[in-house]
Amino acid sequence: MSNEHIDEVSGISTTGHEWDGIRELNNPLPRWWITTFYITILWAIGYTIAYPAWPMLSSATKGVIGYSSRNDVKNELAAAEIAKGKYVAAVQSKTVVEIAADDALREFAGAAGGAAFKVNCVQCHGSGAQGSSGFPNLNDDDWLWGGSAEQIQQTITHGIRFSSDPDTRQSEMPAFRDIITADQIRKVSAYVASLSGPVQDESLVEPGAKVFAENCVACHGENAKGNKEFGAPDLTDAIWLYGSGEASIAAQVRAPRQGVMPAWGGRLGDTKVKELAVYIHSLGGGE
Amino acid sequence: MLDNIQVERLEAEAVNSAKTRQPLYAARKKIFPKRASGSFRRFKWLVMAITLGIYYLTPWLRWDRGPFAPDQAVLIDLANRRFYFFFIEIWPQEFYYVAGLLVMAGIGLFLVTSTVGRAWCGYTCPQTVWVDLFLVVERAIEGDRNARMKLDAGPWAARKLVLRVSKHAIWLVIGAATGGAWIFYFADAPTLIREVFTGTAAPIAYITIAVLTATTYTFGGLMREQVCTYMCPWPRIQAAMLDENSLTVTYNDWRGEPRSRHAKKVLAAGQPVGDCVDCNACVAVCPMGIDIRDGQQLECITCALCIDACDGVMDKLGKERGLISYATLSDYNANMAVATAGGSCSVNPSLVRTDGGVFSDRLAHFHLRKIFRPRTFVYMGAWSAIGLALLYSLLTRDRLDVSVLHDRNPQFVTLSDGSIRNGYTVKLLNMIPEPRTIVVTMQGLQRAEMNVVGIDLPADRSFAIAVEPDRLKMLKIFVRQPAEQLKGQAQTFKFRVEDKASFEVDEYTATFNAPEILR
Repeated sequence: MSNEHIDEVSGISTTGHEWDGIRELNNPLPRWWITTFYITILWAIGYTIAYPAWPMLSSATKGVIGYSSRNDVKNELAAAEIAKGKYVAAVQSKTVVEIAADDALREFAGAAGGAAFKVNCVQCHGSGAQGSSGFPNLNDDDWLWGGSAEQIQQTITHGIRFSSDPDTRQSEMPAFRDIITADQIRKVSAYVASLSGPVQDESLVEPGAKVFAENCVACHGENAKGNKEFGAPDLTDAIWLYGSGEASIAAQVRAPRQGVMPAWGGRLGDTKVKELAVYIHSLGGGE
Repeated sequence: MLDNIQVERLEAEAVNSAKTRQPLYAARKKIFPKRASGSFRRFKWLVMAITLGIYYLTPWLRWDRGPFAPDQAVLIDLANRRFYFFFIEIWPQEFYYVAGLLVMAGIGLFLVTSTVGRAWCGYTCPQTVWVDLFLVVERAIEGDRNARMKLDAGPWAARKLVLRVSKHAIWLVIGAATGGAWIFYFADAPTLIREVFTGTAAPIAYITIAVLTATTYTFGGLMREQVCTYMCPWPRIQAAMLDENSLTVTYNDWRGEPRSRHAKKVLAAGQPVGDCVDCNACVAVCPMGIDIRDGQQLECITCALCIDACDGVMDKLGKERGLISYATLSDYNANMAVATAGGSCSVNPSLVRTDGGVFSDRLAHFHLRKIFRPRTFVYMGAWSAIGLALLYSLLTRDRLDVSVLHDRNPQFVTLSDGSIRNGYTVKLLNMIPEPRTIVVTMQGLQRAEMNVVGIDLPADRSFAIAVEPDRLKMLKIFVRQPAEQLKGQAQTFKFRVEDKASFEVDEYTATFNAPEILR
């Protein structure tokens, strides 16, 4: 540093760098600052020994205090399990009706059921349980197999027309194209459509009613209100699973589509099914 | 022979040659502030008593809020997300009051600094107050400046050891008390103090006490002026806050210079001599260890103790007080112009005095009206405007609130009789610590009815519900409208909530959605 430059005003040497005539004073750092700096270096070394840090070929050093973020998550999850333990126990021991009647339990089971619904049910029933053609809307008040919490639980547990579950909900509407004539199908479709709205040809309604009385009342009932024992839909309301209108009704009479829902009891377990039932029952249409 | 050999002499020097070697760090120069006495010192005692009193005693003040809220006057209840300040209770969504107060504190700092300089630094900054407190302890145990300097230079004898250990022990106790007082703002103080001493308080309480003990002890006892000089940003910002009309602690060299310790001798020699007798009293009392006679500087926190020290000396000498005083730059410059005859000579004290020895009436003096200038008016205006806006908003704020979330998935549901149903999550906020009965009414949508999930009420257009004190009640409400009443895809209506006892009302305008094509 033979070219050392001393600042005239302060008498302190400069760093020797110059920018447009401005030089920087080479003031020493305060001792506490430099001490703190060294302490942070020591801290960093200690930290990399204590915690997982140094990258190796296939993994990294584990750290001597054995910390891992996965263990943290595991502990937090375990703590969460313990925290919700009393609710889970209550859901296990109580019936769905009892759960739905208890504010705290309904909230817990509803939230848990909502989460399970998002995983298992949305593929068919939609993310808002609004359903679509062929897949029932679970928000409304029209239920094929019953809308009480217990009936919903039964449906989820054993499914609908799910052949590998002996207790599954079972029914089958015959294909009427093999039983009655196309003309009769046209007439009975007009009659069914007339129960919930206007039809194009009023003259078909009267003969249609006769066809209905001969062929349909066994399941759908004399007043066409349906029967939840067989999952026979109410034909007088505004809700149509396979579409409304004479053409859609005629198609369903000719060759009915029959929805299948798997049994979830074995897969999800009794507690999860109860939670799902409470959730679905709370969507607004529960009976 | 050797004389003939020419060896080139190179310009080179070892990089670590003793001639140019610089220390990597500078050790702190020890400061032993002498006890000052005078009006500013008394004022500082008062400020210290008030600020420390507020800090240590506030958590113990009680305020009756009835059986449903804590009775601590000032409480930051993080667990329940409430902030209590005497008659004010703040919910998390009302945090803008705190933000507003912080803005006011910022503008207040600008206002104070532009008028009386770094008064915050010199009188009320916690660093200043606690350093002052720690110095009281230091003086009580080790004596005043000279005794402390002697003790510090002396060998580590038994007496020095005892004095030092007891000083640091008391500092640590003050630190622990400071940390201890802090935690009482966050929980019921009488309960917490019992828990702290029986070892049953939460770990975070002990951690907080430990951290604040360490910082109080380190900053107040060990680092002191270095915190202000090196760590605090305010000394850097102040330059932008001060102007030529701001009061700062000033050494008036227009009457002090040329300083001399032998005034009589110099006068006898026929040379000018100023009022400063170079006694260094101002340097000895300075907690920052600086010499105010070097001019306004970054380190100066304007605690004004040098004014007290100098005034004492001037009194003894029978001269006017105010050789060091609060003065503005413009006054100082005007007086310097007088003393130097407009800059044509060095300071000549005879120019500022009349022949009779009293000050010339050409000298400028600070006048209170200098505080009132456009800049301070702007600060004052902004400060009061925010303050009034906060006050207005505080006095007129809702203590009953309703907010509504419309179900989006699905937006509407067609029911079997063809009517349309919409779902809403309605949140009722009872923001007072008393239970209330709230009446929820639907306005608009004739013939529409609502029912509430989990509450067995007949479908109606109005219902009453009990809401717990100081709590939010969340309701799931279904609104059902007959098909023939529907008018378009989206209709608006109101949820009106009312407390029949206090006549408080709040409303929320919600939307009712329906399908595009109705059968």
